[in-house]
Amino acid sequence: MDENSAARFQKRLSNWTLTSLLFAAMTIICLPGLWIVLNSFRPAVEIMAKPPIWIPQELSFEAYRNMFSGAGQGGVPVLQYFRNSAIIAVTSTVISLAIGMSGGYAFARYRFKGKGGWFLGLMLTRTVPGVALSLPLFFLYAQVGLIDTHAGMILAYTALNIPFTIWLIDGFFRQVPKDLAEAAQIDGCTRWQAFWRVEFPLARPGIASAGIFAFLTSWNEFALASQLTRSTDSKTLPVGLLDYTAEFTIDWRGMCALAVIMIIPALVLTYAVQKHLVSGLTSGATKG
Amino acid sequence: MKRWRPPPHIVLLTPAVIVLAAVVLIPLALSLWSSFTPFRLTQPDSIYRFVGLRNYERIFTDVEFWIAFGRTVLLLTVALNLELLIGLGLALLVERQTRGQRLLRTILMFPMMFSPILVGFQFKFMFNDNIGLVNNALQSLGLTDQAIPWLIDGRLAFLAITAAEVWSSTAVFAIFILAGLMAMPREPLEAARVDGCTPFQTFRYVTWPFIMPFAFIAMTIRSLDVARAYDIIKIMTDGGPAGRTEVLWTLIARTAYSDARMGMANAMSYVAILLSVVFTAYFFSKLGQARAQVAADW
Repeated sequence: MDENSAARFQKRLSNWTLTSLLFAAMTIICLPGLWIVLNSFRPAVEIMAKPPIWIPQELSFEAYRNMFSGAGQGGVPVLQYFRNSAIIAVTSTVISLAIGMSGGYAFARYRFKGKGGWFLGLMLTRTVPGVALSLPLFFLYAQVGLIDTHAGMILAYTALNIPFTIWLIDGFFRQVPKDLAEAAQIDGCTRWQAFWRVEFPLARPGIASAGIFAFLTSWNEFALASQLTRSTDSKTLPVGLLDYTAEFTIDWRGMCALAVIMIIPALVLTYAVQKHLVSGLTSGATKG
Repeated sequence: MKRWRPPPHIVLLTPAVIVLAAVVLIPLALSLWSSFTPFRLTQPDSIYRFVGLRNYERIFTDVEFWIAFGRTVLLLTVALNLELLIGLGLALLVERQTRGQRLLRTILMFPMMFSPILVGFQFKFMFNDNIGLVNNALQSLGLTDQAIPWLIDGRLAFLAITAAEVWSSTAVFAIFILAGLMAMPREPLEAARVDGCTPFQTFRYVTWPFIMPFAFIAMTIRSLDVARAYDIIKIMTDGGPAGRTEVLWTLIARTAYSDARMGMANAMSYVAILLSVVFTAYFFSKLGQARAQVAADW
């Protein structure tokens, strides 16, 4: 009896400890983001206050108002950056999905010599650090006039996204049974029709999440963008974030507001695909 | 007569290969060549002067370069191991919960959405000695009465950078290990308990071998993009103060764009590329082994 209740007590205690540990971890994960959001709504005086003011005294939308009121008085042309980011990220996502689908399909459905080697080779192109790639790319782009253009950034991001897109889409096509397409072909579909009418619809959720992953990579990339863009013609949001820093001072509030603007699309998209993303990457983890 | 048609897999792979060749391989060939020249952006002609291995000789005898190299390896080792451990812990904690798993998983993914450069700014702000969250909290709690110079002292800055790196990437490990835990069959666990295994033994000999491929997938994904730490460091300290947090990537950027010594920078980037490639190839092969192991055992 005593032993039982002692064991029960111990179990409850460990349960409680683990749950509070989880709670603490979740708090640490959320805290930096909340701190950014909070500070974007605070007046600058409050951010700078010493001793710190923990509970916000007043809300201020000034940072957002400044951001969208145009480039006057040292402001940052956020709308222009947002447009550039959106154009570049969306276009490169669409292109890399098309290319990734054809490549992923090849890996999922055909057997050929040196398949593993090709796959690894494609993946390894992704490992080249952005800084290292930016040096020769900068030089080449300068020769062909692609510096500071949308086209140049789209091309670079497409290449950046292809390896991962292929990996993901390969995984999703593998989950679609081969027999389905074969059955469709027996019923009179061409291979092309079988693909579009049977395999593609089944793999679509996975392809969508590969697309969102590609979008996020382009949306968030900095190392290449910081060298290959020059002006408002093609600067993206991550590069634009640097506009809030001067040599010795940083406009923390303005930066926080821009950060919030950057995160919202990413947040929405990631939430939409989180489930498929994981299942695509782990497909085949257990079955060779 | 039938025209020769290339096999379909070649046709399907061609676009990918063309784009990667144009944007990655040709530039890399160019940078390989220029790493054998004293190329400077200010003197375009210098790209035609071949100097052999002089750049490599110089960087291999350069103490600063080796310190940056060592620091990079140290940072990656510390950060990746911490991420794996914390990720494993988080995944185990989340898996225990019966309610609210979906919400917890979403929160776990939260840091993954942050652009690395944003993570850099965020932590630069939090570790700011004057108005940052960390110092404010420490002072309000009365733990210290002075401003700790987080990003100015070399060691503390390394700590702060590691914290930022771990915060931003632990999610990758947690998510994948969690997926592994969810996919795991229940029976072996019960069998182990019936056979009298302690929880630790169950974990060590039953759970861990099963989720290892998942951990390696996360590791591979991380190593593919390991250089994204550059964005974080660039913003937080930019290698400073006085080179005390200089890593390979910031050193490359400085040599290339501030000193305009492209040839030298390209030689350095080849070392950096090699480092990344070795990392990734290693984890890829580990991944293959772990998969084969699981396929054999289960």
